[in-house]
Amino acid sequence: MTSVAHARPQAHDGAHHAPMSFWQKYIFSTDHKIIGIQFLFVSLFFLLVGGLLAIQIRWQVGFPGTPMPLAGLLPESMAVGGVILPEYYIQLVTMHGTFMVFFAIMPLLVGVYANFLIPLKLGTHDMAFPRINMWSFWLALLAGMIMLAGFFVPDGAARAGWTMYAPLSARPDLSGATLAQQLWCVSIVVLGLSSVMGSLNYITTVINHRAPGMTWFRMPLSVWALFITAILGVLALPVLQGAAIMLLFDQTIGTHFFDPVAGGQALLWQHLFWFFGHPEVYILILPAMGMVSDIVANGSRKPIFGYHSMVFAIIGIAFLGWIVWGHHMFMSGMNPTLGSTFMVSTLLIAVPSAIKVFNWMGTMWRGNLRFHVPMLNAIGFVSMFTIGGLSGIFMAATPVDIPIHDTYFIVAHIHYVLFGGSLFALFAAIPYWYPKMFGRLMSEPLGKIHFWLTFITYNLVFFPMHVIGMGGQMRRLYDPTIYDFLKPQQPLNEFISIAAFALFAVQFLFAFNFIWSLWKGKKAPQNPWEDNGLEWTLSNPAPHGNWEKVPNVYRGPYEFSSPESPNSDFLPQHVKLPTDRDPVPAPPPAGH
Amino acid sequence: MTHATAAADLMRPPSPAEPGAGVYSNKLGMWVFLASDVMFFTALIGSYIILRFGMSEAWAAPGAVLNVPLTGFNTFLLICSSVSMVKAYAAIADGKPYFLRPVAGKMLRDGGLKFWLLVTILCGAAFVGVQVYEYIKLVEHGFTPAGYREGSLIAEHALADPVRYGAATGAMYGSTFFTMTGFHGFHVTCGVVAMTYLYFTKVLPEKYSPQDYRGIETIGLYWHFVDLVWIILFTIVYLI
Repeated sequence: MTSVAHARPQAHDGAHHAPMSFWQKYIFSTDHKIIGIQFLFVSLFFLLVGGLLAIQIRWQVGFPGTPMPLAGLLPESMAVGGVILPEYYIQLVTMHGTFMVFFAIMPLLVGVYANFLIPLKLGTHDMAFPRINMWSFWLALLAGMIMLAGFFVPDGAARAGWTMYAPLSARPDLSGATLAQQLWCVSIVVLGLSSVMGSLNYITTVINHRAPGMTWFRMPLSVWALFITAILGVLALPVLQGAAIMLLFDQTIGTHFFDPVAGGQALLWQHLFWFFGHPEVYILILPAMGMVSDIVANGSRKPIFGYHSMVFAIIGIAFLGWIVWGHHMFMSGMNPTLGSTFMVSTLLIAVPSAIKVFNWMGTMWRGNLRFHVPMLNAIGFVSMFTIGGLSGIFMAATPVDIPIHDTYFIVAHIHYVLFGGSLFALFAAIPYWYPKMFGRLMSEPLGKIHFWLTFITYNLVFFPMHVIGMGGQMRRLYDPTIYDFLKPQQPLNEFISIAAFALFAVQFLFAFNFIWSLWKGKKAPQNPWEDNGLEWTLSNPAPHGNWEKVPNVYRGPYEFSSPESPNSDFLPQHVKLPTDRDPVPAPPPAGH
Repeated sequence: MTHATAAADLMRPPSPAEPGAGVYSNKLGMWVFLASDVMFFTALIGSYIILRFGMSEAWAAPGAVLNVPLTGFNTFLLICSSVSMVKAYAAIADGKPYFLRPVAGKMLRDGGLKFWLLVTILCGAAFVGVQVYEYIKLVEHGFTPAGYREGSLIAEHALADPVRYGAATGAMYGSTFFTMTGFHGFHVTCGVVAMTYLYFTKVLPEKYSPQDYRGIETIGLYWHFVDLVWIILFTIVYLI
């Protein structure tokens, strides 16, 4: 065992710690769990910001020209007489997308759960580079603050849509915003840096810091998904950074990358953005898939169906994600042959995605289902992601995409995968690992009420969007009633808006449950979900430095209802059965 | 050699029970970071290729605007710094942390880590200095990120000989040139700062040994990468 201890030069700072001040321990912490919790609070705040922007959008689309309640709080440059101005409306849609994608869902999935789960599930004391990890958090917070500052500068927030299409974004005379557009670019560059720092940490930790016996194919699917996500992040974010820097230079030092008048190419921005953007889509869904896999197996009390095919499906999705970006640009002017190529590669993604959906269903099939809150939300994820995936096939097909491109159909699709997918997975993951973070359980009854109300109102909001999208309503449209052909759909728009307000209100149940349980939640037993993962061998909340001595791993993480298990329906990874052999230290490399 | 001594050698970590990559984490992390940096430069260089070859008018001829001999010398400096980086790495791997030592019967002295890393830092800093000088001169003569400044020397040349100076493509020339070489210069600067930091905190106090010189190997990887990027940039920006 000595060689194992020596093999991890960073590892010896775990377990034995001198007492630390409050600031060291909770603010400028290098502990992966504290950093994960910091990310959790910050990104839940940004989730709230994104939600507040969303209900303003829904007010304007549902009730155009009607004074919005509380609009008196907004300055004259945003709303006059309570009515949202077009300039403010475009800021709302831009910043809603930006905050939700970059500052809520991405840090919630990757910042929180990659940080929190990877070392706990792999059996190591901390990340490979704890200080870089701390920087990753503080840079992400800085980026969020810079983005938020956009609302408080004289000409208002960025307003070219979250995709920042050039030349609108590049030329202040077109967009009407100068400083805020620059802040957007700076914020994205800082966020990219934060993301790369985090991702290289996750990759190194997964490769080099696994517990004895934790072979690649004994890793939980959540770790597999986070590992592949980190690879996507490390390779995709720099491309966005490069693009954002070029855009920033166009706005500030007079370059002309995206300005066709001087020989630049506006389409170049779209290519760069979506070359990043499509891997980004999988950064936003793969961790959700991984965590749902863990929870579905736990809630079904069965081994995950097709573990290896799940892993290869993750890898397949991640690989295909690099060669499909053109499907965002079918309507931007693209050679039809190239369009067909992108169509085929995009449709191929349906194969690994379907493998995953069928495997989740296969896992649940004839399982001994436990409908705890995480399981309910995980099932919500599987069903909603399936709808989102199916509407994705519509838009992947070029002939179908032509009429529905840039309509509410795409808005419905993105929300079915990002809200119905990623956010439901988070509503599953947050209560599931809450005891490991805070030592208490979130309220089950409240969680179940929250799940059902969210599930129903969520579908009432987003399913009709397919219909109004088919009816031709454009996304980011300020006032649908100015078009005669959209007027018959306005009652449906009103209905969606009312449902959206209900959906927003229901989330306060979750917020209340989350905050209330911090102090008043039921004390969690050590292994409340009767799970096999290594993290449940620790007390709740997990102590600083994790393990005194890292446990050995004897099997994969999904041994539920195993006949070998002596007296329970689960068999944790670290339990040594009489037939198990200890992991043998590999011989030192030849020549030494 | 016994198992225990092998384990103490941090440069060649023994395989744990479940083998990792077989390299220590700092090196692995640097490789991952470099992969990410490759993608960053790919975005810039790819954009340059698309913008340049997507234009119907010709680019300025090599050497018309840019001072190729000066930058050629700068390229030489950077390549020398890569060589001295290898010498620094080899020195500490051989257990030579010192600055210079006389060699019996020879005029030349034997350089150690302190000497070769200092050479690397100086070459890197000189490279940045020459680049700053080049930028100042270019902007003085009227070549800016926005293109050829009206009324400047280069703009007059471009009027007289529009083909050689790529009068129609000057704006894109300036945009791509300053962005690509600027970010490369930024990378060199970061490398120089990092090496200087290592020099004072680790090299001068002789904290590196043949058993542990991870910092030198890791920063060396970065340095060679930055050098490699420059050779590509020099070729496609200055020579063609």
